[in-house]
Amino acid sequence: MATPVMDKAEAEAARPADSPYITATFRIRRFNPEAAAESYWEDFRVEIDPKERVLDALHKIKWDLDGTLTFRRSCAHGICGSDAMRINGRNRLACKTLIKDIAPEKPITVEPIKGLTVQKDLIVDMEPFFQAYRDVMPFLVTHGNEPTRERLQSAEDRERFDDTTKCILCAACTSSCPVFWNDGQYFGPAAIVNAHRFIFDSRDEAGEQRLEILNDKDGVWRCRTTFNCTDACPRGIEVTKAIQEVKRALITRRF
Amino acid sequence: MATSDIELTGSSAAYSPDNPAPLIEAPRARTPRTAGSTGRSRTNFELYGWVFMRLSGIVLAVLVVGHLLIQLVLDGGVSKVSFAFVAGRWASPFWQGWDLLMLWLAMLHGANGLRTVINDYAERDGTRFWLKMLLYAATVFTVLLGTLVIFTFDPNIR
Ligand code: SF4
Ligand code: FES
Repeated sequence: MATPVMDKAEAEAARPADSPYITATFRIRRFNPEAAAESYWEDFRVEIDPKERVLDALHKIKWDLDGTLTFRRSCAHGICGSDAMRINGRNRLACKTLIKDIAPEKPITVEPIKGLTVQKDLIVDMEPFFQAYRDVMPFLVTHGNEPTRERLQSAEDRERFDDTTKCILCAACTSSCPVFWNDGQYFGPAAIVNAHRFIFDSRDEAGEQRLEILNDKDGVWRCRTTFNCTDACPRGIEVTKAIQEVKRALITRRF
Repeated sequence: MATSDIELTGSSAAYSPDNPAPLIEAPRARTPRTAGSTGRSRTNFELYGWVFMRLSGIVLAVLVVGHLLIQLVLDGGVSKVSFAFVAGRWASPFWQGWDLLMLWLAMLHGANGLRTVINDYAERDGTRFWLKMLLYAATVFTVLLGTLVIFTFDPNIR
């Protein structure tokens, strides 16, 4: 297979000695169902400042080298959660990963996240992920009349679930979970994180119901405390801890 | 490289925009129908299973390490273990109880662990079901046989 890149020598010769640019190789997992049933690796060599992000390199490739490269991104600033991918074997947001931090001397591998159906190149079907999210009722449930002003809450009560409010639904955690890889019926860390956000909210009244949902055979008890999710979360949420807190709430409710 | 440059081989040769390749679906994906089933099984089985694993693990750590020390290390090591040694130990209800408890806890702990492994890794429902049936049958057989031996052991068997 021919790849449309400059020769290494040619590329390096053209660059002045004090240039911040380096030549990095991006080894990208490509898949196009309209061309072949198998996916394959393709290498792209890109001239890039190592202080740029992996997303910038993907842009460079898409805009300058191969317009067929397909990936999701929206905000480009780590807040929309659309560009989670497996970079050098770890789930990260392409827009939050600096090239200098991931050993650019060696080829940088970029793959779609695991455990979800790949539709094209780096794009996966997120529907099962969002289905699990919907199943935990991720919205405020209250009874009685609506107050005429905000629902006030003390700083301590807010602190209780502060960590899990930071989730951007990028699926980095769920698609790093070995239980989820093998059995997509498991709710997955992200759904549990978002249930935790409401279960421990003092203004919410459906915590009991959500606990019952997560008491299911595909709920929190399938968690093996692998900690992959905590390592993967680009928002630094202590995902495994949140899951353990839900387990503890279930146990103290029973005994 | 444009997609048209990809050299097509074997089974891939026939794919085109009008005839895309089938996607490889992730195993047992969650669908709205799965959602309907959640919460319907209102039992605490998985919760009790989880607690049992923790508690039996603690007890087993004491029982098994004690068992290994007595059988293999203390008082002459493994060479002392003989028919007479076993018969002597099982004359006492204390050691009978120790071994019985160890048998039951170890078997249930191990079986539950394997059950979760099967749930995690067997993709097809049929495979899951039959692997678990095999596991349960083996567990029940071993536990019953072991219990029978502990209670009906006859030191004068010869
Ligand atoms: S918990 Fe973290 S890794 Fe998981 S979906 Fe939310 S932001 Fe992404
Ligand atoms: S593009 Fe929005 S999180 Fe990366």
